Amino acid sequence: MSLARSLSSVVRALRSPKGGISGAWLVLVVLGAIFAGVLTPFDYDVQDLPGAFVAPSATHWLGTDEFGRDLLTRILYGARTSLSVSSIAIGLSVFTGMVLGAAAGYLGGAFDRAVTIFVDLTWSFPEILVALILVAIIGPGITGTMAAIGVAYLAQFTRLTRAQIMAIRSETYIEAARSVGASGSFILFRHLLPNALAPVLVAAMLATGDAIILEATLGFFGLGAQPPTPSWGAMMSSGSALLFKAPWIIIFPGLAVAVTVIAVNLFGDALIHALDIKTRLREV
Amino acid sequence: MAEPLIRAEALEKRFQTGGGLLKKPRAMLAVRGVSLSVERGEVAGVVGESGCGKSTLARLILRLIEPTSGRIHFDGQDLTALSNTDLRRQRRRMAMVFQDPYSSLDPRFTVAEVLAEPFRVQREAPPAGRIAALLDQVGLSAKMADSFPHQLSGGQRQRVGIARALAQAPDFIVLDEPTASLDVSIQAQIIALLSELRQRLGLTYLFISHDLGLVRYFCDRVVVMYLGAVVEVLPRADAAPRHPYTRTLMDSTFAPDPRQRKVLRALEGEIPSAFDLPKGCAFAVRCPRASDACRAARPVLEGGEHPVACFHPF
Amino acid sequence: MLLSVENLTVRIGKVEPLSGLSFTLDRGEILGLVGESGSGKSLTAMAVTGLLPLIGGRISAGSVVFDGTDLAALPEARLRPYRGKRIALVTQNPMTALDPVQRVGDQVDIMARLHLGMDAKAARARTVDLLNRLRIPESRTVCDAYPHQLSGGMKQRIVIAMALAAEPDLIVADEPTTALDVTVQAQIIHILGELVRERGLALMLITHDMGVVAQVCDRVAVLYAGRLAETREAGPLFARPRHPYTRALIDCIPREGMAPGSLTGIPGLVPSVAQYPAGCRFHPRCLHADAACQQVPEARPQADGGSVSCHHPMEADHG
Repeated sequence: MSLARSLSSVVRALRSPKGGISGAWLVLVVLGAIFAGVLTPFDYDVQDLPGAFVAPSATHWLGTDEFGRDLLTRILYGARTSLSVSSIAIGLSVFTGMVLGAAAGYLGGAFDRAVTIFVDLTWSFPEILVALILVAIIGPGITGTMAAIGVAYLAQFTRLTRAQIMAIRSETYIEAARSVGASGSFILFRHLLPNALAPVLVAAMLATGDAIILEATLGFFGLGAQPPTPSWGAMMSSGSALLFKAPWIIIFPGLAVAVTVIAVNLFGDALIHALDIKTRLREV
Repeated sequence: MAEPLIRAEALEKRFQTGGGLLKKPRAMLAVRGVSLSVERGEVAGVVGESGCGKSTLARLILRLIEPTSGRIHFDGQDLTALSNTDLRRQRRRMAMVFQDPYSSLDPRFTVAEVLAEPFRVQREAPPAGRIAALLDQVGLSAKMADSFPHQLSGGQRQRVGIARALAQAPDFIVLDEPTASLDVSIQAQIIALLSELRQRLGLTYLFISHDLGLVRYFCDRVVVMYLGAVVEVLPRADAAPRHPYTRTLMDSTFAPDPRQRKVLRALEGEIPSAFDLPKGCAFAVRCPRASDACRAARPVLEGGEHPVACFHPF
Repeated sequence: MLLSVENLTVRIGKVEPLSGLSFTLDRGEILGLVGESGSGKSLTAMAVTGLLPLIGGRISAGSVVFDGTDLAALPEARLRPYRGKRIALVTQNPMTALDPVQRVGDQVDIMARLHLGMDAKAARARTVDLLNRLRIPESRTVCDAYPHQLSGGMKQRIVIAMALAAEPDLIVADEPTTALDVTVQAQIIHILGELVRERGLALMLITHDMGVVAQVCDRVAVLYAGRLAETREAGPLFARPRHPYTRALIDCIPREGMAPGSLTGIPGLVPSVAQYPAGCRFHPRCLHADAACQQVPEARPQADGGSVSCHHPMEADHG
């Protein structure tokens, strides 16, 4: 029932022009990432030094990089890295944040105070700083990036979930459930979490956009996925040195990041309308 | 005399508020030593203005909040001594209808899901046809089972709230201002429905309200509360009030008849804060009959059939 | 006649939530405007105070003649001097009428300074005097309080003081006591009644409570689904209500000695603006309705003054 309702909101979001266009782009990027192997005749890691710095042409639609690798191919494979790292990281972050936030909002007391202090502490640092510190500790690479992004956004989801739970907990229907004998866990899973879910999901959608940028930033600094695995950030990084010689090497991955992030944000916006939670967000 | 269905003894509830990093918490006695009983089959009314503790009392009696002290006996059984499991079993026999029909239904639940919840809580499925029968009992069509709360009017939502209270066929229902958020025309409909249900199902009600006129119409016996304590118990709804506060409430209730206009006497003084109750009678500052005795000591509730807590009753 | 509303019709977008309202109100008089929620009471208040543009509405026909001037024909700029100064509005929720970050005394002062050109000292003296008359204890101390420090009844009295400060001729009070406790409601109703008699104000009291109407109003206009059902003097209206809707509304209030089961309410709901039924709008909920009620009833003048819009007005003595 609840799943059907969530699906119908996604469908409603897709029907709006904003949601439709942004949704189409996201589907395209996801399909491109999944079927990258079939979609292009080139490999992302086979060097062809004589064919380096080829401008966009009929063979190489987006040109080639300094090692002669097809840029479109690398952007498609890079989408795999960008999207999977950012969405898995946000997914973990949302899950942990909801568990922490729900427990804090529901249990209250010392646990709530401890969580609040942790949240306030991480909240007072910019996400990029938290992520950089964590990568420094864990070490560069895909796992490190995921963990860094996940922890960087943890405070946001914990805080949002906690606020939602606290607000919903004072609704009369919670008291009504208690009056018929509902236990704490029954109320948590039947009323509190389902009602808190929609705003958290929208926040997650919007955070995914930020996470893509964060992933690209870490990649740009050489802290993300390690060569030869392509990532949009690392591609832009190598292109920055060749900005005047072969501008396409930085422009196309940059465009990929920009358009995808805009699409994620627009889709999140459309979802807010479809779920009709603007008023509820305002109430909180 | 047979044991009443509900017998509350010296109930007291203290709330703490405002405690913070640098602030000392302040304590407030929301309910001060309230004892009352509800006989089987009767409608007992509790009347008072906002902040008098009537809603807290309602929740204490159903043990939705824990009393600071005192006992509640339901059908001879001490509710305050029950384990959570036993209390949940007892909850089949008692229910509550809430004031706000808007926030008392989960916006994500259909009417059928709302009505199935009391069964789910007891880890059972609603018997076949039970949802439709419940809707029929409160005068709603079975087609409404799949509606969401936002598709219903205030009166219809309150009927759903009543149906939820009836789900497990309880003996006792606490009605916490069930009509206060509704139009007078809908209020009268809901009161008529509640009367009919009581007769048909043999229910016992505790009716909480701020409207003395409505309480005197609907209830057999009326408990009047002021700032957390009972000041008078009217043995019959039409009994003449003895406490000056009950008199004031009566004078503030307007009949729809210009020939019965009330000659209003301006009440002096503000209601004291529950955080800082006076030493004497809590009503003394507003009371026209107050004497030095009233300001020096608190009167206790006494007087057999028609008890009143006042040094100078009518 | 201070206020004379003729055939007032209001449109909001495509719908016409108020149609053909006519009533009058003179100095020293209290007119009760009653009906269930959705009957158009608040819209009438907004039309009289010229606030319809706020919600995208306009007076599409009829006139609102106040002291000889048709307010419905005035542009906003020429309406403004009336609002607050000569016509004051008191709303249901005192919190929305008070500025939370200003001391209440200053908020009352500003009315006299703005509309009567008083200086600060004179205005404060008047404010204290007003608060005393509204029986606010320790009025000088209260002047220095912020709204959140005051109780609901106290805040509503401050709002009434603001309304009175500019010495208006007409006060429109939209459910001024609905959010308050009954003893406080009684006090405020009492004070409003006194002010009308003493100062020769005109008061339009909007309420859903027939008890309040019976307590203070001289005349009553009963509104149903955007039309006037009945308008008459309070005495005869309560003694012999002629419109079945008036009768039904009176019967919704419990009275002393009422037999159990006699409180039944009005079946059904007030229709929404988009679903007003044809003919008499009350007929789907009316026990006396027949085929004739498919036609819109005329407002029939009554022998004892006022008018009734019903094809089958009731004759029998009531209660």
